[in-house]
Amino acid sequence: MRLKSIALAGAALLSFTAAASAQQPIKIGIVTTLSTPGGYLGEDARDGILLAISEEGGKLGGVPVQTLVEDDKLKPGDAKQIVDKWIENDKVKLFTGIIFSNVAVAVVPSILESGGIFVSPNAGPSNFSGKACNKNYYVASWQNDNLHESAGALAKKLGYKKMVLLAPNYQAGKDAITGFRRMYGGEVIEEIYTGLDQTDFSAEMARIRAAKPDAVFQFHPGGQGIAFLKQWQQAGLKDQIPMVVASPSLEQRIAAAAGDAAIGIAATAHWNTDFKNAENEAFVKGFRAKYNREPTVYASQGYDTAKLIGAALKASGGKLEDDAFRAGMMKADVKLTRGPFKFNTNQHPIQDWYEIKAVKGSDGKVVLETGAKVLEQHGDAYAKDCKI
Amino acid sequence: MQLVLEQLLNGLQLSLTLFLLAAGLTLVFGIMGVINLAHGSLYMIGAYAGAWAAAKTGTFWLALPAGLAAAALVGAAMELLVVRRLYAREHLSQVLATFGLILFFNGFIAWSAGRSPLLMETPPQLSGFVEILPGLPYPAYRLAMMGVGVAVALGLWYMISRTRIGMLIRAGSDKREMVEALGVDIAKLFTLVFALGALLAGLAGVMVGPIRSVQVGMGEQVLITTFVVIVVGGIGSIRGAFAGALLIGMCDTLGRAFVPMLLKSWLSGPLADGLGGALSSVIIYLVMALVLIVRPRGLFPVSG
Repeated sequence: MRLKSIALAGAALLSFTAAASAQQPIKIGIVTTLSTPGGYLGEDARDGILLAISEEGGKLGGVPVQTLVEDDKLKPGDAKQIVDKWIENDKVKLFTGIIFSNVAVAVVPSILESGGIFVSPNAGPSNFSGKACNKNYYVASWQNDNLHESAGALAKKLGYKKMVLLAPNYQAGKDAITGFRRMYGGEVIEEIYTGLDQTDFSAEMARIRAAKPDAVFQFHPGGQGIAFLKQWQQAGLKDQIPMVVASPSLEQRIAAAAGDAAIGIAATAHWNTDFKNAENEAFVKGFRAKYNREPTVYASQGYDTAKLIGAALKASGGKLEDDAFRAGMMKADVKLTRGPFKFNTNQHPIQDWYEIKAVKGSDGKVVLETGAKVLEQHGDAYAKDCKI
Repeated sequence: MQLVLEQLLNGLQLSLTLFLLAAGLTLVFGIMGVINLAHGSLYMIGAYAGAWAAAKTGTFWLALPAGLAAAALVGAAMELLVVRRLYAREHLSQVLATFGLILFFNGFIAWSAGRSPLLMETPPQLSGFVEILPGLPYPAYRLAMMGVGVAVALGLWYMISRTRIGMLIRAGSDKREMVEALGVDIAKLFTLVFALGALLAGLAGVMVGPIRSVQVGMGEQVLITTFVVIVVGGIGSIRGAFAGALLIGMCDTLGRAFVPMLLKSWLSGPLADGLGGALSSVIIYLVMALVLIVRPRGLFPVSG
């Protein structure tokens, strides 16, 4: 009798551990930028991911997940330490969260060498989209050039013949200029490279005024973008020289903080708050309710990233090592907030790009409004070099 | 020619903003011997208090006193609660403690106001232009900032060289023990100087609100340049801070304005643009290195 009960207890315990291991959540390491002036970008990406997880009650694609979140402080070295720690101590295999390309370039190789998987919610540096592409590296947002290709296409459509281009002097800045030039095709009078920490642009603006271009293109994400727009208006250039930008330089938060200085700028994006599809309407509503603020494009990218991971986990039944995970990822059988989406052969997006305008809303606040399609089902120029 | 003049004005304007930040930092370091890394946080607090007051009242003219008061009060509290305990300690403890303050203030602002950058509009009275020369309009707001910078520089000069409190500050930075022995309440003097430094940082913060982004972490962006200014000028010297700010502000602006243009005269377009961008971003550090080679203690070293 006693023996039997012990055996029973043992069996119960065994079955319990078996059940627990089946229920062992998949760890997702979210390393992102939560401090510095770029902090709100990472905060929104993180909250987009967490929203998707909480909507499913702690699961993605029906598989329980557990998130680890840390701030990389926009420092590649810090990000690498965090990731190495997670690989060593926590045995994390699935990573996301990185916002800035310079951080991604330093960290992604460590993740891939450890056999891990990285799904980018934002950075899509050209370094990893061509020859150095990898079957465990996915970009859910865009290849960096795409953003600025769409701006280039818009500038061409608007008929600007001579332009001045500005971008900060780092990887994503160079990708911006390359991307813009690729689709613009007109004359570039001058390329101006700014500092990554620069907050005063008066010297550059005087140069632009002297160069007398038809229009100007600038890439300054986050706080730099806000400062640029304010100073542009104050320098009186807003009414003299039209400006074309891509979404990082005019997203929802920049429009709110720059106010009137944002009105009239021609921008492009692959997502906007006003996109009319059921997923997006639910996302915008859910985000406002949960966080009590407006979602940005970064939040939508975080949310879409989580949805894509969910689709892959569903296909593989929660296994990461399996080819089924990759197959599920590449199939992307899930509806995203931005509408039609496919993965290219280099595992970067093929998607639509739209014209975006900042206008004054009925409450006097500046809001972004979606216009015509600029590029349809657009991939990137590096995919042809990628052999997976 | 017009372009050169415009760029000189831009340089002067940047210099004067740098001076407001550097003056407080150099006073605190020179007189109390404390490296205050949290000086940038006071700038951020000034900007946030200003943006908050502007949003609540709808006018920039109340933002200004709000920013000044907030920065000065926080500065005084910082001195009484934290910095006071650091005077006798080595620089490493000071750096650690004030770095901790940066994290605290950034966390506090992110928690209380959120990480989204705040809107702060240019005051309508100053949103237009002033035609300095025919065909050369310059933003009125930037001219006003320059006016404030010059006024502060003159005021500081008068205070330091002509008033009793200035005499004590000068004496305190040279021979602290002697001043104490003469019966001056050095603790009160230190709190006052620290609050004054904070006030100047807060002034810079409110004033840049309408032209830069008011957000968490804005203080650290300007801190490095400010340190370059006081090192070039000679640590502890207001005159040095002024000269350093002028030199660094001018070199930075003129470098960004003209280095790419000069390179273009003998390099192809895109190459000159790329190289020019890289060069102009390191110019202030090159200037600092040069100054330190010739004058290792800065342009106007404080004796003692």
